[in-house]
Amino acid sequence: MIKTEHLRYAYQTDTEETIKFVLDDVNLTVNKGEFVAVLGHNGCGKSTLAKHFNGLLLPSGGMVYINGMNTKQEDLYQEIRKNVGMVFQNPDNQIVATVVEEDVAFAPENLGVPSDEIRHRVDEALKTVGMYELRLHAPHLLSGGQKQRVAIAGAIAMEPECIVFDEPTAMLDPKGRSEVIETMLKLKNEKNMTVVLITHYMEEAARADRVVVMDRGKILRDDTPKNIFSEVKFLKGLGLDVPQVTELCYLLAKAGIPVPQDVLTVEECADALMQLL
Amino acid sequence: MLKDITLGQYFPIESPMHRMDPRSKIVLLIFMIVAIFIADNPITYALVTVFTLLIILLSKVPIMMYIKGLKPILFVIIFTAVLNVFLTPGTKIDLWGYTTPMTWEGLILAGKMALRLILLIIASSALTYTTSPIILTDGIEKLLKPLSYLKVPTYELAMMMSIAIRFIPTLIEETEKITKAQQARGADFDSGSIFKRIKALAPMLVPLFVSAFRRADELAVAMESRCYQGGEHRTRLREIHFKGIDLIAVLVFVLFFAAIIVLGILF
Repeated sequence: MIKTEHLRYAYQTDTEETIKFVLDDVNLTVNKGEFVAVLGHNGCGKSTLAKHFNGLLLPSGGMVYINGMNTKQEDLYQEIRKNVGMVFQNPDNQIVATVVEEDVAFAPENLGVPSDEIRHRVDEALKTVGMYELRLHAPHLLSGGQKQRVAIAGAIAMEPECIVFDEPTAMLDPKGRSEVIETMLKLKNEKNMTVVLITHYMEEAARADRVVVMDRGKILRDDTPKNIFSEVKFLKGLGLDVPQVTELCYLLAKAGIPVPQDVLTVEECADALMQLL
Repeated sequence: MLKDITLGQYFPIESPMHRMDPRSKIVLLIFMIVAIFIADNPITYALVTVFTLLIILLSKVPIMMYIKGLKPILFVIIFTAVLNVFLTPGTKIDLWGYTTPMTWEGLILAGKMALRLILLIIASSALTYTTSPIILTDGIEKLLKPLSYLKVPTYELAMMMSIAIRFIPTLIEETEKITKAQQARGADFDSGSIFKRIKALAPMLVPLFVSAFRRADELAVAMESRCYQGGEHRTRLREIHFKGIDLIAVLVFVLFFAAIIVLGILF
């Protein structure tokens, strides 16, 4: 679905001698139907990476392929953006219209879809994110989580194969955060969509099929959540946190109590502790 | 206080007015404004007022909304009324045996002007209450279509307008947030001379502009991600059509307008 080969990217600087690569030799493959979380500290290049997935940024070196289409090919960028939807951090800054359903209709309108087909897509998208009842509301009166779900519906209405979420929960309260995560999992499980989640919340990354850890423009690890989070020391060294339960088990093990190291959820942790008792 | 602005606040309900084509609503509003200014005697005033009430009824928007919409211009209405009462030459009004600087002619003029302003605001609000900004800009775009042959970017203008309307509440919220943040750090916005106050606005305006630019940037990226590429080949969720209801509205309005002119000449 998404494939990067030796991807490098540097922001243009005036002083030529210090070229700092924001992305440095990134090789990443995201398969169809997969849920991949990209984890990293602020400024590690994860958002820059996301912007390469639909041709918003073009590589300074290397290639990015979306379904085999090279993002550098200018005549394909519309096709690429149609295939890869994007949801950004600030819900306020990605809503274009003053009525929910008109905002969701924005992308299909741009694509020149006939109006009865737009109606169908908009209703379908709003039902998927559970915002159908509020379709005539003004977006600025909705909660953060609801706004973000509208933004997700706006991306789904393009009928993309993949949606890239760029820190979609960073500005939300815990309730909004769980709304967005549930919607994301629903897209993956029910609509069979490919989901790429850029985040620095460990609990969110733990729900993914695969976790990619980035630091200073490089990919350091690319593995299942269980394997990644069992390396508590490594993650802490990068200034990242691990899920609380994982950390608990890590500390218990350190203190000499035999508990498994690949615990991700509260339930798993409870089970492990029960067996000890 | 800033939140009281109702201009551009769409009221999402079903009504005959909501179903009308935005183009006919815009054109009729223009003629309605003309009618309000043509009206110059009690009969035509009554007719215009009744017609405005009819518009309120047909829009099904609660009348309180219209009254709320009048609040921001209340000052203007009172101010012009007072000026008119005192400054119009004519017969002086005697009050409790004293001659006041007020005149009867002024009083009548003040009443007329106040009524005109009120009707004007109500008629315009009826348009914005019953038409969502996107459909409104669609209508304006279609009306300006002839200009696009003169290379005027009508579509882009319409898009800019609808985004501006969309961001009014967001920026108001932001302004309030910044104001509070600056006040919490000791900024003083409401005391001192007028120059001092204008100067005090700088710490509020600078962050507001900075954030507006950042928002614009993010919005552009989000729009591009959703395949925005300008006005060509765009379709609409709701295509606008001139329907039966528009024909009826136009016919009724033509009759009303003719009546205003005839009654104006006769009396």
